[in-house]
Amino acid sequence: MSFFKKLKSKFIKEETEEVSTKYKKGMKKTRNTFSGRINDLIARYRKVDEDFFEELEEVLITADVGVMTVMDLIDELKMEVKRSNIKETAEVKAVISEKMVELYYGEDEEGLEYLNIQEDDLSVLLVVGVNGVGKTTSIGKLAHQLKQQGKNVVLAAGDTFRAGAIEQLEEWGKRADVEVIKQSEGSDPAAVIYDGIQAAKSRKADVLICDTAGRLQNKVNLMKELSKVKRVIEREIPGAPHEVLIALDATTGQNALSQAKTFSEATNVTGIILTKLDGTAKGGIVLAIRQELDIPVKYVGLGEQIEDLQPFDPHAFVYGLFADMMDEKDESDEDEIVEDE
Amino acid sequence: MAFEGLAERLQDTIKKITGKGKVSEQDVKEMTREVRLALLEADVNFKVVKDLIKRIKERAIGQEVMDSLTPGQQVIKVVKDELTDLMGGEHSKIAVAPKPPTVIMMVGLQGAGKTTTSGKLANLLRKKYNRSPLLVACDVYRPAAVDQLETLGKQLNMPVFSQGTDANPVDIAKQAIEEAKENHYDYVIVDTAGRLHVDENLMDELTQMKETVNPDEIFLVVDAMTGQDAVNVAKSFDEQLDISGVVLTKLDGDTRGGAALSIRAVTGKPIKFAGMGEKLDQLEPFHPDRMASRILGMGDVLTLIEKAQTTVDEKQAKELEEKMRTMSFTFEDFLEQMGQVKKMGPLEDLMTMIPGMNKMKGLKNVQIDEKQLDQVEAIVYSMTKEERQQPEIMNASRKKRIAKGSGTSVSQVNRLLKQFNEMKKMMKQMTNMQKGKKAKGFKFPFM
Ligand SMILES: Nc1nc2c(ncn2[C@@H]2O[C@H](COP(=O)(O)OP(=O)(O)OP(=O)(O)O)[C@@H](O)[C@H]2O)c(=O)[nH]1
Ligand SMILES: [Mg+2]
Repeated sequence: MSFFKKLKSKFIKEETEEVSTKYKKGMKKTRNTFSGRINDLIARYRKVDEDFFEELEEVLITADVGVMTVMDLIDELKMEVKRSNIKETAEVKAVISEKMVELYYGEDEEGLEYLNIQEDDLSVLLVVGVNGVGKTTSIGKLAHQLKQQGKNVVLAAGDTFRAGAIEQLEEWGKRADVEVIKQSEGSDPAAVIYDGIQAAKSRKADVLICDTAGRLQNKVNLMKELSKVKRVIEREIPGAPHEVLIALDATTGQNALSQAKTFSEATNVTGIILTKLDGTAKGGIVLAIRQELDIPVKYVGLGEQIEDLQPFDPHAFVYGLFADMMDEKDESDEDEIVEDE
Repeated sequence: MAFEGLAERLQDTIKKITGKGKVSEQDVKEMTREVRLALLEADVNFKVVKDLIKRIKERAIGQEVMDSLTPGQQVIKVVKDELTDLMGGEHSKIAVAPKPPTVIMMVGLQGAGKTTTSGKLANLLRKKYNRSPLLVACDVYRPAAVDQLETLGKQLNMPVFSQGTDANPVDIAKQAIEEAKENHYDYVIVDTAGRLHVDENLMDELTQMKETVNPDEIFLVVDAMTGQDAVNVAKSFDEQLDISGVVLTKLDGDTRGGAALSIRAVTGKPIKFAGMGEKLDQLEPFHPDRMASRILGMGDVLTLIEKAQTTVDEKQAKELEEKMRTMSFTFEDFLEQMGQVKKMGPLEDLMTMIPGMNKMKGLKNVQIDEKQLDQVEAIVYSMTKEERQQPEIMNASRKKRIAKGSGTSVSQVNRLLKQFNEMKKMMKQMTNMQKGKKAKGFKFPFM
């Protein structure tokens, strides 16, 4: 179902159906945080008029949500406003805040952000993406987190191309205190990953995380190389890789959609790590990616330190898209958001 | 995907209008709507688009367009003019300090490509300007950033000044300049750590470095795929450091690169170079006019033609052009061409530069099979001299002979002959386009 068909069905369903308790529970967090913010926004516009929608459009486009997605969304909102005879902006609250989060989940249950990690067998994670988006850093952070959870983690230095890439992963290995399997610069990445798998098996590791060289998605040969790496993993361990994570830079605009699409074609991506959200960019394109390609965000990167990786929280994320639309920021509210994450 | 070039999308709107001979305000409105969408989809900043559209509308509703015979094309011309104006002229010059060394600081967000670009710039300075640059490793924060620059130095066989990761970046830069003076390096390229424009401490560090080393150039390195946030980034860096220019990286990707326009609009600083690949010689002067048509999704015919010209030598190119124009292009030229094409680099890269190519079904993600090229070559080699020069004389028995000689089939020979004819036609159109004439088969409204 398309994004907006889904959206429409949500509207219609809500008019007829009772809101389930689960839904209520799921949305409680939103009410506390995001809806609260939307309330502020809405208080500034007494009437739901063109100006209101125009600012909403600007806010969403500026967050890189994508012009087509935004226009469709606004059209739906306008129709809903008409249909339900909404005059006061206060009433639009439910329509914007809850719908966006619900839309993100779609037919799925909450909990999309959990990694598929095997209970008592080796899990292999493959990390892919274009140059400089934060693959290696995220691997370091993730290794640290998994290690903290008591997992035995091994890293494979599959970027044999970029100068200093192996040393970089080794440094992260040291920081997270996990082993790094490597070969020399310029060697075959598939061979390194193969070594990584053998090492992880023989050490009875719980998780193997494979780094890969950054590559632009329009380089056909490099994408083929990546498919080959994935095939090696598939061949060595049935059911692996258990996750293929694409690192997307929140600063990236509409091209992120093309990245997600092309990397998926080559490696069947299962989740997104949205990096650099600690800057001023919002990463709104992941909404379109979720809708068009059904790929959920698993983690967000919030800095360069080893602790700066958090599970994705759609509520906080959607709030972030609108953050600039609120004028004043209130310290106590800020705390509330942090608590909720 | 809902991602079509403006050219394709505008066609419908323009078709409607061309029949009319005159455009109404409503028509202009419809067209500017499309232009707006294209710009936003290309990641040009919302506010920048707003201003641009306002100017475009004013001009498009004016006499110059309304009275013209081809209003549709005229509107596109206005759009392109406005865009090209905003993009500014060409500026691929690098400063030269009156007293060496000339100091260049590379700054930008994390992952933008500063280190690689530093290496490329050093390479360019040595190769094109015959200079001796010293690379300086001031990224002491990112793990192995120093190793990365040192490795690049080794690859280039160029000196890298580094003091590990415990030293202060400002001190490193200062001492590097002393070193450059002593050893008569005439350029110092300072690679700094990536940082967020809102990170006050790290931004202060750059300000301090600037005050200490007094750079002749400060290049802001920006990823071409950057979205709406490009304006915030560029504005902050420019306000705090007064940058002298921008280097746009990863332009070899398939992004429209609207960030380029946003950055120009908010800083007014020239975009000087474009990173076109991971190899150390893939740094090119930035062409504002081409960027304008790329942002609009009009492909990059110019680059393609120029690329062909720099590879094919001048005289050959002239001859070839003449042949293309008069359609006296033969299979012998074709063989020669194939050799040239192979020299031009991966065919996939070339294909993406032809407008509309990536839109064509079957051509999308085309993988040019080198084996197929060999077959084509084999077929041509099996032709007699006469056949190569006058493919018209080809008949059934000749075809059979050629197929046998090349280890292919008659249908393969036929296919090549057909393709050859089509190619001849296309070449004729391309040479016409280059001359600014209207190309018929290419249905682009802006030509
Ligand atoms: N501020 C911020 N910086 C980040 C984050 N994640 C990564 N970075 C920085 O982004 C830069 C690039 O990160 P890398 O991990 O090297 O990216 P990569 O994708 O492995 O890069 P290549 O291997 O070169 O393609 C580094 O300077 C990182 O410190 C984040 O969440 N926030
Ligand atoms: Mg890496």
